Amino acid sequence: MILNIDNLWVLNVAGVEVWITETIFNTWLIMLFLIVLAVIARIKLKSFEVIPTGCQNVIESVVEIFDNFAGDALGEKLSYISPWYFMVFVYLLTSCVFSIFGFRAPSADWATTFALALASFSLMLIMGFKHRKGQYLKSFFEPHFIFFPLNLIGELAKPVSLSFRLFGNMLSGTIILTLYYALTPLFVQFGIPVFLHAFFDVVFGAIQTYIFVIISLMYVRGAAAD
Amino acid sequence: MESLGSVISIIHIAAAIALLNGIFTTFGQSKVACQAIESIARQPEAANDIRSAMFVGLAMCETSGIYGLLVAIIMLFANPLVDTLVNLIS
Repeated sequence: MILNIDNLWVLNVAGVEVWITETIFNTWLIMLFLIVLAVIARIKLKSFEVIPTGCQNVIESVVEIFDNFAGDALGEKLSYISPWYFMVFVYLLTSCVFSIFGFRAPSADWATTFALALASFSLMLIMGFKHRKGQYLKSFFEPHFIFFPLNLIGELAKPVSLSFRLFGNMLSGTIILTLYYALTPLFVQFGIPVFLHAFFDVVFGAIQTYIFVIISLMYVRGAAAD
Repeated sequence: MESLGSVISIIHIAAAIALLNGIFTTFGQSKVACQAIESIARQPEAANDIRSAMFVGLAMCETSGIYGLLVAIIMLFANPLVDTLVNLIS
């Protein structure tokens, strides 16, 4: 029964050891897959017509659905940051679908989810200072200046809780699947695990992806909207 | 060696206790889902808004359960206090 993340290679860059772990390698695979998809969509974009057909339908509807979703959650004025969250959404969704093929999902590593949560947190701060300027700084001292430490802790807990939620869900799926593989005899390990993967990795992963994105959008809106 | 065994058994009991918070998490989530279903039955035209609010609420409730899971995992696999406990017992 192995739960830890494998280390594939160790590189030596100017005397500093750089570990290429399973997570990084799987992230590269997903990046490659998504970049190829994006390039294909970009090439198809040249031959787009007014009345969509076939492949154009799919691309347009995906982008439109996400734009509507982000526009509803953010409001008209802030919806220009929705491409970043489209990237986060697609990346997290692909990473949980990838775990069907027996890879370890990159989001079952705290480093990945914390990086995304930290990016969301910085975006929240930047949007707050850009749209509300001094008002945003003042909101840390409300209702009275003695509440400043409480407000600060509340803000700093946001990226931690955001990342732990996603990480815990993906890790619990990984643990349950590892237990299944370790405890059952060999003849039930073909076919049946597909349904377990579909339930614990894909369904839970999709729900948590939705939750991650919508809570980040709520944070950004709470910081930037008047 | 004997003290290491007792430390490991203590850690396993502690991890099991940390996972007990699933009971209360489940009760909280059931309450959220129950209220959401009730309000959908009362006002079916607002079902979409209620559903998205319910998912966010469920995820917020689930956070405490996931913290329990992470505490249990840290206790089992990355416990920083094992050496201290072994020295203390032996």
